[in-house]
Amino acid sequence: MAEPLLSVRDLRVTFPTRRGVLTAVDGVSFDIMPGEILGVVGESGAGKSQTGAAIIGLLEPPGRIASGTIHLEGERIDRLSPDKLRRIRGRRIGAVFQDPLTSLNPLYTIGRQLTETMRTHLDLSEAQARDRAVALLGEVGIPAPADRLDAYPHQFSGGMRQRVVIALALCANPRLIIADEPTTALDVSIQAQITALLKRLCREHDTAVLLITHDMGVIAETADRVAVLYGGRLAEVGPVDAVVNRPLHPYTEGLMACIPTTHDRPPRLAQIEGSMPSLRAMPAGCAFHPRCPHAFNRCVAERPPLFDHPPSAAACWLWAPEGARAAPRERTAS
Amino acid sequence: MTEPGEIPLEAPREAPREAPLEAPGTRLGRLRATAWRAWDSDILYSFLRSPVTILAAVVALTLVAASLAAPMIAPTNPFALETVDLMAAFTPPVWMEGGSWDYVLGTDDQGRDLLSAILYGMRISLFVGVASVLFAMVLGVGLGLLAGYAGGWIDGLLMRIADVQISFPAILIALLIDGVARGLLPREVHHEVAIWVIIFAIGAPGWVQYARTVRGSTMVEKNREYVMAAHIMGVHPVVIALRHVLPNAMGPVLVIATIHLAIAVITEATLSFLGVGLPPTEPSLGTLIRIGNDFLFSGEWWITLFPGVALVLLVLSVNLLGDWLRDALNPKLR
Amino acid sequence: MSEEPRPGVILADDGTEVLVRLRGLTKHFDVSPPLLARLLEGKRRRVLKAVDGLDLDIARGRTTALVGESGCGKSTVARMLVTLYEPTAGDLVFEGSDIGRLRDRRALAPIRRRMQMIFQDPFASLNPRWRVGRIIAEPIRAHGLMDDAGAIRRRVSELLEHVGLRAHDADRFPHEFSGGQRQRLSIARALASSPHFLVCDEPTSALDVSVQAQILNLLRDLQRELGLTYLVITHDLAVVRFMADTIGVMYLGRLCEVAPADALFARPRHPYTRLLIETVPDLRAPDRDRKPMAGEVPSPLDPPPGCAFHTRCPWAAARCARERPALLPHGGPGAVACHAVEEGRLPAPGG
Repeated sequence: MAEPLLSVRDLRVTFPTRRGVLTAVDGVSFDIMPGEILGVVGESGAGKSQTGAAIIGLLEPPGRIASGTIHLEGERIDRLSPDKLRRIRGRRIGAVFQDPLTSLNPLYTIGRQLTETMRTHLDLSEAQARDRAVALLGEVGIPAPADRLDAYPHQFSGGMRQRVVIALALCANPRLIIADEPTTALDVSIQAQITALLKRLCREHDTAVLLITHDMGVIAETADRVAVLYGGRLAEVGPVDAVVNRPLHPYTEGLMACIPTTHDRPPRLAQIEGSMPSLRAMPAGCAFHPRCPHAFNRCVAERPPLFDHPPSAAACWLWAPEGARAAPRERTAS
Repeated sequence: MTEPGEIPLEAPREAPREAPLEAPGTRLGRLRATAWRAWDSDILYSFLRSPVTILAAVVALTLVAASLAAPMIAPTNPFALETVDLMAAFTPPVWMEGGSWDYVLGTDDQGRDLLSAILYGMRISLFVGVASVLFAMVLGVGLGLLAGYAGGWIDGLLMRIADVQISFPAILIALLIDGVARGLLPREVHHEVAIWVIIFAIGAPGWVQYARTVRGSTMVEKNREYVMAAHIMGVHPVVIALRHVLPNAMGPVLVIATIHLAIAVITEATLSFLGVGLPPTEPSLGTLIRIGNDFLFSGEWWITLFPGVALVLLVLSVNLLGDWLRDALNPKLR
Repeated sequence: MSEEPRPGVILADDGTEVLVRLRGLTKHFDVSPPLLARLLEGKRRRVLKAVDGLDLDIARGRTTALVGESGCGKSTVARMLVTLYEPTAGDLVFEGSDIGRLRDRRALAPIRRRMQMIFQDPFASLNPRWRVGRIIAEPIRAHGLMDDAGAIRRRVSELLEHVGLRAHDADRFPHEFSGGQRQRLSIARALASSPHFLVCDEPTSALDVSVQAQILNLLRDLQRELGLTYLVITHDLAVVRFMADTIGVMYLGRLCEVAPADALFARPRHPYTRLLIETVPDLRAPDRDRKPMAGEVPSPLDPPPGCAFHTRCPWAAARCARERPALLPHGGPGAVACHAVEEGRLPAPGG
């Protein structure tokens, strides 16, 4: 097996507050292979954005990485100085965020933003950088890129702006892009354009993507593998098809069942009762046990580790190897 | 500049802690819940963490309490002519040669006890300050709410008046109002109403800041969905403005009022120092400083110094409280 | 719910009762620059045609949905319906009376009692300084439905329990609730005056999927129990599929297609509807190589002439750029505004 591009081990992100330390990400581990699209899905408060922010070193204070390791191409990057991290951002990890306006400086033309970013990270002359910027803008689907180079961000529509942001993320040829809800602020028809673009570019440039979103539909169509987060912890990770159609973790199962589709109209949607626990009231044992229809004693008492069950893995006692608990029970994966 | 360094990633949302001993429905239960909220609030927390603020609060409260209780704690009544002993004029403070325990801080040119004069003077200064702040606040909040809520030409007219008004220094307007009042009113009448003229003169220019702030937050609040919901129910627009919009637009007003109080006290002192403020029969701190100023170079420095110190302590402590309040109520600075 | 005498009941062709009838409903907003700028800089007056001649019937006891992307005017329709905006032109008939130009608060009061709205943002739709009990009782007090404080309190408790909360939640403040719970509070408030008609403006788009399912189920349960009529405004086709009996698809202030929900999803006729349905990523049957719809929604300030969709339509012809298509049945269930459908030159859906 090839060396993973990004390797996150036992990541813990904490926010010290006056009422105690909040653990936003709690022991999350995953790998991203070169060129792979890994979806990270979860509801608000699941810790998905914090995971992404921790990797690129953009945690908002007082948030910090309390423990765990992050390796990029074998090099440990979670203990780097802000200066070294800045050089990695843009050069080796690109970023695309939900609101394209916050990623673009409204005072500079997009051409200047692209060329400056390129020249910060790559050894290019001004003219070379400009040529490359025009090529990139064309590649992300901006019509008449040479003319648009001197336009300001506000002169673009929301969808076009997100394309510019993608061009910006790609401009130094990074090996990994972290995309945090890249389509959430866009209209349905534009969303599809942006995900298609992201997919095509990553294939062509052999760039891996960490795609953070709450939208399982986007994950299903875009990602190769998916990690499901719940309450700051990894609930399940595996190939998209397996996680969607044969979920292991009861939370994943509930999540997939409660998403309405355009194919049929059931009299009721399946629903997970209750809501995600708040970070300061995380239940003992498995974080999902108060809402879980299959919970038993061990779930209340002990936090489950990630159990391998190829092709996926789930942090659930139901999937503990035989003999790990007294009464193994039959499970039906829908 | 193209670093996505400024991008706020969603920080974990803090769920509020539930009040203990929940006794729903009863008056006591509500009271207890309110008390818990006050104790548990971020404002109290930030207060207790700032020693300077605590000191400022102690000083301000002591000064206010002392001036309120002046008739009870002051050794003499400086307004009662029969107690004034002209023979005791220019008595120095007690620790100097010729000082006496009868006049701890010494006496002025007419033999009035300085400590008593300061306590009574501060009372007048505070009264003028609080009254003019209240006047400016009621006027400003009312006009700001009207401008923001009604919009259109009413808004345009009020804001243009505000623009014109703010281009003149407040002290100039106060001098103008005072001068006009002196010119129009007969001498005895003016003497009677001098304090109200001063309150009006100091308060009138202050409305602009309240009006602008309240107008801004009103325009935000009036487009919120809870206001729309009230419209759909057919609630009268005036009722909506007063019950829904106003309470939610009042947040910054408290901060402005605190800082404005310090300014109003200083303005009053300035006017009185210039001799256009309160008559010498009702000496405020400013009047005392002016009287003392005449004797500063003849060696009786205490007549002007002690009222000056009292003024500085009062204004500084109120100002510090205002600064803290502004920071504490502004979530961005927290 | 008290049934009151309803004069002038409108019946649709298929015999169902029409609760709300819109005919040529139009809303234009004046977005001109200020007078001074127009005089000095010679800028022109500009009019935003947010809704431009909308015909729609909303059947009693059913769910009608308006779908479309941002700027299509669906929220403006909702706000005209609940009397927040006054229509520029056209008829808005609610339970037999034309309320479009009714502005008198007193005359509107009995109508407003019978319609309520549920909003998108559960964090902005409740007054943060009011206790829940007061918030939910607001419609009761506004319409003078009850005077006795005890009776109001009992009614509030009943409403809270009806939407799945506890009676003593009335003493808490909105910030003590999660997003889903707040949406329940919003629903409880909307039900307080026993309305017949609920306008739901993006009721779940601010919520997580697991909470969305709870709220959508609750809305459908309430409809069954109370015989409510819904107008659901949303951009989410999956939500529409679950909620709606009849669907109107809007594009730049106009209806492209109106059809019964099953027919619309099985055989979408307007090119925009087709592309929209094909565009939605599907969890169960992901199409990893789909071709997204090209182009972007043009500015509603400057909509294309003729059929507004012709700039993005793969089947557009010269006539589409010239002539505005009318919303006509063209032989199918529902109605569609498309020259290509009329001329029969569209390929079969899915092809």
